[in-house]
Amino acid sequence: MAVLAAEGSTIDALGQFRLGHGLGEVGGSVNFTNANEIMLLAGAVILGLLFFGMKPRAIVPGRLQALAEYLYDFIYNMCVDQIGEEGKRFFPFIFTLFTFILMGNLLGLFPYFFTFTSHLVVTGALAILVIVLVTLVALRIHGLHFFSYFFPAGAPKLLAPLIIPIEILSYLSRPVSLSIRLFANMTAGHVMFEVFATFMLMLAGALGALGYALALGPLVLNIALMGFELLVAFLQAYVFAILTCIYLHDAVHLH
Amino acid sequence: MPRFAAFVPVFAALPTLAWAEERKGGMPQLDFADKLLLSQVVWLAIIFFALYLLLAQWGLPRVASVLDERARRISGDLDAAHAAKQNADDALAELNAAARHAHDEAQKAIASATERAKKEALAQTSALDARLKAELEAAEARIKAAEQAAAGALREAATETAATLISRLTGRMPEGPALGPAIEQALAARQAG
Repeated sequence: MAVLAAEGSTIDALGQFRLGHGLGEVGGSVNFTNANEIMLLAGAVILGLLFFGMKPRAIVPGRLQALAEYLYDFIYNMCVDQIGEEGKRFFPFIFTLFTFILMGNLLGLFPYFFTFTSHLVVTGALAILVIVLVTLVALRIHGLHFFSYFFPAGAPKLLAPLIIPIEILSYLSRPVSLSIRLFANMTAGHVMFEVFATFMLMLAGALGALGYALALGPLVLNIALMGFELLVAFLQAYVFAILTCIYLHDAVHLH
Repeated sequence: MPRFAAFVPVFAALPTLAWAEERKGGMPQLDFADKLLLSQVVWLAIIFFALYLLLAQWGLPRVASVLDERARRISGDLDAAHAAKQNADDALAELNAAARHAHDEAQKAIASATERAKKEALAQTSALDARLKAELEAAEARIKAAEQAAAGALREAATETAATLISRLTGRMPEGPALGPAIEQALAARQAG
């Protein structure tokens, strides 16, 4: 959620997604952006949670340790449940992916914080990383036999010209849907924050005392929206991670 | 269902988004003229890879070691508890065996004591019986002797009485040898009768 930009009576709902330089002069010289600042912060929060959370190494965990362990168990079980025993090898990757996206979504909800998951190139890069990894894993495990994935066993040979392009298309559409789902959800949520908040300022500015009373409407909506966006932040990170697990399952087991 | 729910804000925001886009001209996310758009991806790659390495090499093994240690500790405690329970069971079994043994011993002791007492009582009784019998026999013998003595005295008295009667009736003394067998005979006849 970025700064409100109610310039007069126009709504600049998309200005919050405009990139800027980060980390001052040095960052500017290497085109380090404000989105990357939040990425660094997200990484620091994750590592900090594991560092400070696991510091006591207690048999009976405290709050922070329980949180770190719960997060670990949650992703670990997701990997093993979805992928199978081989899932343990991909666990660090899935953990990194999930926590990175989750932190990007959650940190983005703070005022003045950039939401890097609302950028299609970022979610697209992550989705391409996933699909490349999945394809490499499948090729490594199954070799050329992997290409049988595009023609399900038992399907009539006559339909091959139809089925194979469809299967390839659906395979290639995975990174598209994966990246657009996350990007669209985060963008939409933050646009709505901006729009309702701008309504508040516009109402209060234009109608005086009555405007202040009416501005309560968008305020209440934004409060409800914040709860909803918290849910979306978790849900979208979860969806991204679990779809990655499902794709990895397909790569390991070929259907 | 969650996937539908995930799209709700998208549908809700699309009109606003389209409207906003119309007014501003293009989303910053798709403004490829901005070189920061792609430079952030380069930094994303660097940050993500660094985070992955740190988590895989340091962060996650740190959690795993604590979880493993807890699992080991719990299984160790469980083993210790099992061993303790085994010990307790063994001790209980030993105790039960000892109690049963003691009970058997006691039972045996009681049985042997009873047996001994019975035997002693029997021995005492038979000794008493034997003594009583001996006394009885002695008494009988004495009675018999007394009877014989009495019978002998009776024969003498009978002989004398007979001799006196005969001498009174006949006026002369009967001959001793002849009287004796006759009285003997008469006595025997009476006794038999």
